[in-house]
This record gives sequence, C-alpha cells and structure tokens, in this order.
Amino acid sequence: MYGANMGVLLQVLWAQLLMGWARGSELTFELPDNAKQCFYEEITIGTKCTLEFQVVTGGHYDVDCRLEDPEGNVLYKEMKKQYDSFTFTAARNGSYKFCFSNEFSTFTHKTVYFDFQVGEDPPLFPNENRVTALTQMESACVSIHEGLKSVIDYQTHFRLGEAQGRSRAEDLNTRVAFWSIGEAVILLIVSIGQVVLLRSFFSDRKTTTTRVGS
Amino acid sequence: MSPFSQIVFIALLSSLSLTRALYFHIGETEKKCFIEEIPDETMVIGKYRTQLWDKQTAAFLPSTPGLGMHVEVKDPDTKVVLSRQYGAEGRFTFTSHTPGEHQICLHSNSSKMALFTGGKLRVHLDIQVGEHTNNYPEIAAKDKLTELQLRVRQLLDQVEQIQKEQNYQRYREERFRMTSESTNQRVLWWSITQTVILLITGIWQMRHLKSFFEAKKLV
Repeated sequence: MYGANMGVLLQVLWAQLLMGWARGSELTFELPDNAKQCFYEEITIGTKCTLEFQVVTGGHYDVDCRLEDPEGNVLYKEMKKQYDSFTFTAARNGSYKFCFSNEFSTFTHKTVYFDFQVGEDPPLFPNENRVTALTQMESACVSIHEGLKSVIDYQTHFRLGEAQGRSRAEDLNTRVAFWSIGEAVILLIVSIGQVVLLRSFFSDRKTTTTRVGS
Repeated sequence: MSPFSQIVFIALLSSLSLTRALYFHIGETEKKCFIEEIPDETMVIGKYRTQLWDKQTAAFLPSTPGLGMHVEVKDPDTKVVLSRQYGAEGRFTFTSHTPGEHQICLHSNSSKMALFTGGKLRVHLDIQVGEHTNNYPEIAAKDKLTELQLRVRQLLDQVEQIQKEQNYQRYREERFRMTSESTNQRVLWWSITQTVILLITGIWQMRHLKSFFEAKKLV
C-alpha cells in the first residue's frame, strides 16, 4: 500500500515538473489611449507557440501588435489589426516579448484579449512506465477532448464578438438618447431666438422712422 | 503516508507550480487590471510572483521579502468580491456568483518603500478559469480513479463548462435584444416628439409674429 502511494506521489511530482514546460495564458486587459503594454514569456528552443489576439471594445476596434525574440528581431508586426493569430517555433532560448500599442489613438481606451499558447498541453496522467499504445477507449477520449477544446475556443471568440456587438449597441442607445434630447433643446432655442431677433429688428426701425418723420 | 497528508502534500506542490509564467513590468503606484468575462458558479484561481529590479547587479532578484501586492476583485455590479493584501508570492481564488465581467486588479503595496526607489517590479501572473482550475493528478489521487475514469472526468468537466458558457450566452443575447429594442423605441418616440415640437413651434412663431405685426400696424 505504501509503495502504491509513493508511486502516485512520484507521478504527481512528474506532472508538476511537466506543467512547467507547457502552458497557455489568456488575459483580457484595458489599454488606455497613448499607452503600450508589453508581456514577456520564457520559451525554450523548439517549442511551437501561438499568439492570438482580438480587440473587444474601443474606438475602431484596432490595435498595433509586435512580437520580438530575445535578440530583438521582430517576428511579427502588424498595425491597426482587429484580430489575428500567429504561430511560430522558438528558434532561441530566452524571453520573448510581445507588445500591444494604442499610441495612435488620442482618446479611446481599448480592451484587448490575447491568448498565448506555449507548447502542447501536458499529458493528463503521466506514466513514465507507459510502453503500450493507447487503447481505443483512451484514444476516443483524446479526440473528444481535442474536439471540446476547439469548441471552447470557438465559444471564446464568439463571446468576444458578441461583447463587441453589444458594446456598439449600448453606445448607439445612449447616443440616440443624448442627441435626441439635444436636438429638441436646440430646436426650441432656435425657434424662440428667431422670434426674439425678428422682434428686435422691427422695434429699431420704428424709432428711426418716427425720427425721420419729424 | 495517510491519504490526508498525501492530499495536503499534493495541494502544496500544486500551489508552488509558478516557476515560469507570463510576466510583465509594473511601476510603483501603477494598478494593472484584467477582465474575466465568466458565467456564474465558475472558479477562478490566480497565482502571481513578484521580483524586484536590483540596480547593483542589473538583474531581477529571485525573491525579496517585504514586497506585497494588493489584489482586488470586483463583480459585474462593481461590488468588491475580494480585497486582500498578499506577500511577494501569492495565490488568490474566488467563485463568481453573478455572470459577467469580473475585474481583477493588482497594485504593489510593499512594506518597505525604500526598496522601490526608481525600480521596476516584474510580476509573473497566471490566471486559470473554470475547468482549467482542476488539478487532475490531485483528483485522481483523491478519488482513486483509473486513467480512463480520469479522462472521462475531464471530458465531463469540459462539457459542464461549455454548458455554463451557453447559458451565459443566452443571458447575454437577451440583454443585447433588450438594448436593441430600447434603441428602436427611443428612435421612434423621439422622432415623433421632434416632429410635434417642430409643428408646435412653427405654429407658435407664425401666430406670435402675426399678432406682433398687427400690434405694430404693419399688417
């Protein structure tokens, strides 16, 4: 019994070690106007990585994105992009830097979502003694898992697109209210102003005509 | 080793697994906020680690005592769910009770301000949401599952997350529809109101000017 427990513990330790090698980070953050936000990630050589980003709210829904390797070489650079996905294989060990810039905008805050996947997912139940291939049941489970992962990914993108549409609709709603009230007020002011101005023209002429008469 | 101590050991190990993660730099008084749009009853686990820039060695120190971060989490109604001070390395967790955009804000709050003069702070951050918070090796050890059972458990968790997200999507779509209908109503009523105001002011102007000119004996 003690041996089995130790075996499980060793497997858990191995899982923890592996978890440090493959991971993904997805974050949504707010980028103020004229601001630049950079993120860094330590990547080992030969790892396949994917950077995906989407602008959720703000202005024209575009942002500048730039990805650099540890030596400063620009691997990916796009200006005013709304959504993009970039896959690359790390050619060097070190810290990779990717930046989002809203410096071209004067007064709109942007909300940016990004998903940076490094490497493959860690195996679920790592077993160093594994020599046999996966059974049919296990490989069916693996393919269902991959399918569900892509469903969750599509759901995320759908949610972001829906958030974008909803923020535009809410913007439109408040704008319609303000502009309508503003227009009604301007209408009243202009119509009363016209009458007052017209009246003032006629009262001046009356005094001049009487003076000319006498 | 008893199962309880085993679980404790595993939990301890899992909480320390932030050796390498995404990191960014933060200034002294800067507050960095991240938004998580999640359905209700979803667990979120965030882990961070801070490192201070040392001018003498021109590198980031591996660990500095006295550094602290204040973590504040707000729910979609801007009500504070979590507001706590953690040390240089911390782990915070919360479960959402209302669906929507939750805001996780971090700002540094070190006890020794002298440490910070002109320095940058490097923050390693890892936020996991929903079924990513599950630690499968831990679950396998606790419930004594075989590999197949563990895989099926993972699939069940994923499907549950998809279901929650779909429910949340239905709630969001309803809100969107309400906003569009409200805009539609507003456009309709304000157009009618403005036309009525226009007609009334036109009639009032003509009548007022007519009586004005009659009084001035010009008409």
